[in-house]
Amino acid sequence: MTVLTEKREPRTQPKTRKIRGKVHLREHLMGWFFVGPFGVVFLAFLIAPLGYALYLSLFQKKLIGGTSFVLFDNYVKAFTDPSFLSGAWFVIRFSLVSIPLQIILALAMALILDAVTTLFARFSRLMIFLPYAIPTVIGAVMWGFLYSKGFGPLTDIFGLFGATAPDFLGSNLIFYGLLNVVTWQWAGYYMIILYAALQGIDPTLYEAARMDGAGRWQVATRIKIPLIAPALILILVFSLIGTLQFFNEPQILRYLAAGTIGADFTPNMYAYQQAFSLANFNYGSAISFALGGIVFICVYAFLFFTRKRRSFL
Amino acid sequence: MTDPTSVRAGARRPQRYLPMQILLGFLVIYFLVPFWWVIVNSSKDAPGLFGGGNTLWFTDQIDYLGNLEQLFTYDGGIYLRWILNSTLYAIAGGVGATVLSVMAGYGFAKYRFAARRFSFAVVLGALMVPATALVIPTFIMFSRLGLTNTVWAVILPSLLNPFGVYLMHVYARDAVPDELLDAARVDGAGEIRTFLQIALPLMRPAVVTVLLLSAVASWNNYFLPLAMLSDNRLFPVTVGLGLWQGIASANNSGGTSLWSLIILGSLVSVIPLVIAFFSLQRHWRGGLSVGGLR
Repeated sequence: MTVLTEKREPRTQPKTRKIRGKVHLREHLMGWFFVGPFGVVFLAFLIAPLGYALYLSLFQKKLIGGTSFVLFDNYVKAFTDPSFLSGAWFVIRFSLVSIPLQIILALAMALILDAVTTLFARFSRLMIFLPYAIPTVIGAVMWGFLYSKGFGPLTDIFGLFGATAPDFLGSNLIFYGLLNVVTWQWAGYYMIILYAALQGIDPTLYEAARMDGAGRWQVATRIKIPLIAPALILILVFSLIGTLQFFNEPQILRYLAAGTIGADFTPNMYAYQQAFSLANFNYGSAISFALGGIVFICVYAFLFFTRKRRSFL
Repeated sequence: MTDPTSVRAGARRPQRYLPMQILLGFLVIYFLVPFWWVIVNSSKDAPGLFGGGNTLWFTDQIDYLGNLEQLFTYDGGIYLRWILNSTLYAIAGGVGATVLSVMAGYGFAKYRFAARRFSFAVVLGALMVPATALVIPTFIMFSRLGLTNTVWAVILPSLLNPFGVYLMHVYARDAVPDELLDAARVDGAGEIRTFLQIALPLMRPAVVTVLLLSAVASWNNYFLPLAMLSDNRLFPVTVGLGLWQGIASANNSGGTSLWSLIILGSLVSVIPLVIAFFSLQRHWRGGLSVGGLR
């Protein structure tokens, strides 16, 4: 592997590197000197755990007979386990609703903030971004309070109109309760990334478009949005990875929404329960690995289908 | 959404668009409601919290100082410990991850070494591996090594930041000209000195961004410390408040005093990061655009 790449690499060298030979060896050494420390951490805390999870997931621990090698039995079990499947179905459903919602909201806010340049707009930008600085756990705690019957304002507000307050912690509306928490938490962050990308567009393009008779709406849809497509793909990927491994918010709201959110609500919570409450590390590892695999495949498929757009990878 | 864009030709005077600003006003209210609720309700004592009344407005009794005193003395001052733990994890994890990312990003961008392309492809692939999928196997590995329930169990895995490497790679590639580095080498500067004195200053906006992002990631982390730590004196504030919330929810009657601590505890715990973000605003905004533009 190394030999192959070594032979191929010099061709891609910038022209400025004149002297080959001696400099070459030095370049290898210095390159590895800079990349090496990260490489060690990468091997220790990414490759090793992944490999270990895969290894563990191939075994099963039984009360009688101890630990035995079972190959893919744990995966067969996971993909026929109603707990895992319902959790996986939930996060997929949740991704399909929450990701478009967050991105459309973030895009709309970024376009508005790119256009409106008053002091209040700048203030709004910061305030909308503020939830990103809040730990997801604290965000969930805060919204949990707002939802709760005892402390929250919902009972009072709906009481004014003689209506019963919706219970966002009940099993009917918990989906929307979580949707709101996640949107509140992340939309501002995505907005800032898109806003930064919009600010990077060359303004003379707008000038040219206006000369050609494009309205502002057309400038937005034909120039701004296509030009920030890489940033859109970046945040799509991030939100997809984040949502599929959903854990913090439901885990925190569990305490308040007794009975609504079970221990197998999302695959990640299920893996956590298997590993830490039931000490079933083999099955927990299998679920983790299966979930990691699903995320990887989803993201990879997504990037494959959008590759024409010159994505960030 | 009738008219969301402007043509920057008229950028000299502020673009106003009143309807857009009113819309923004509503959005700001939405994003601030939870903060407002927490600020109001951390002024109340237990009877004020549970006695009904307007939950979005203050009661006659505004007692921040008394509540703060309670918060910081409860259970032998455990809350302060959690804050200090979070600070330690955020600084150690953030600085460590940033140093590694900056070096690796620069290395990938500026040296043509053996297996470079392959390694970089692997790092990019790692962006897609969900961090929480690694927690359980890392926990089992650490427990074999006797490292669980120590600060290292939280700090060491936080050093991994593939996105930081990607960001630094893009930034170093674009913002640090090869010619400048070659000139420094011709002048007799060693590779490390060239990196520290020429490249690093040019990379500063991205360095600040990566530092802030990784410190925030460590500060906000919940799943990893929740899994790794069992001694509550090592908890970061996120896990600690989660613990309190579990206790308070479990015993509805006995937990009343704990609820007001949780509310004020949430408020106090977000203040450091909010300050960090606002004061470093000018630095991170430039770096954030990098990831999205390429």
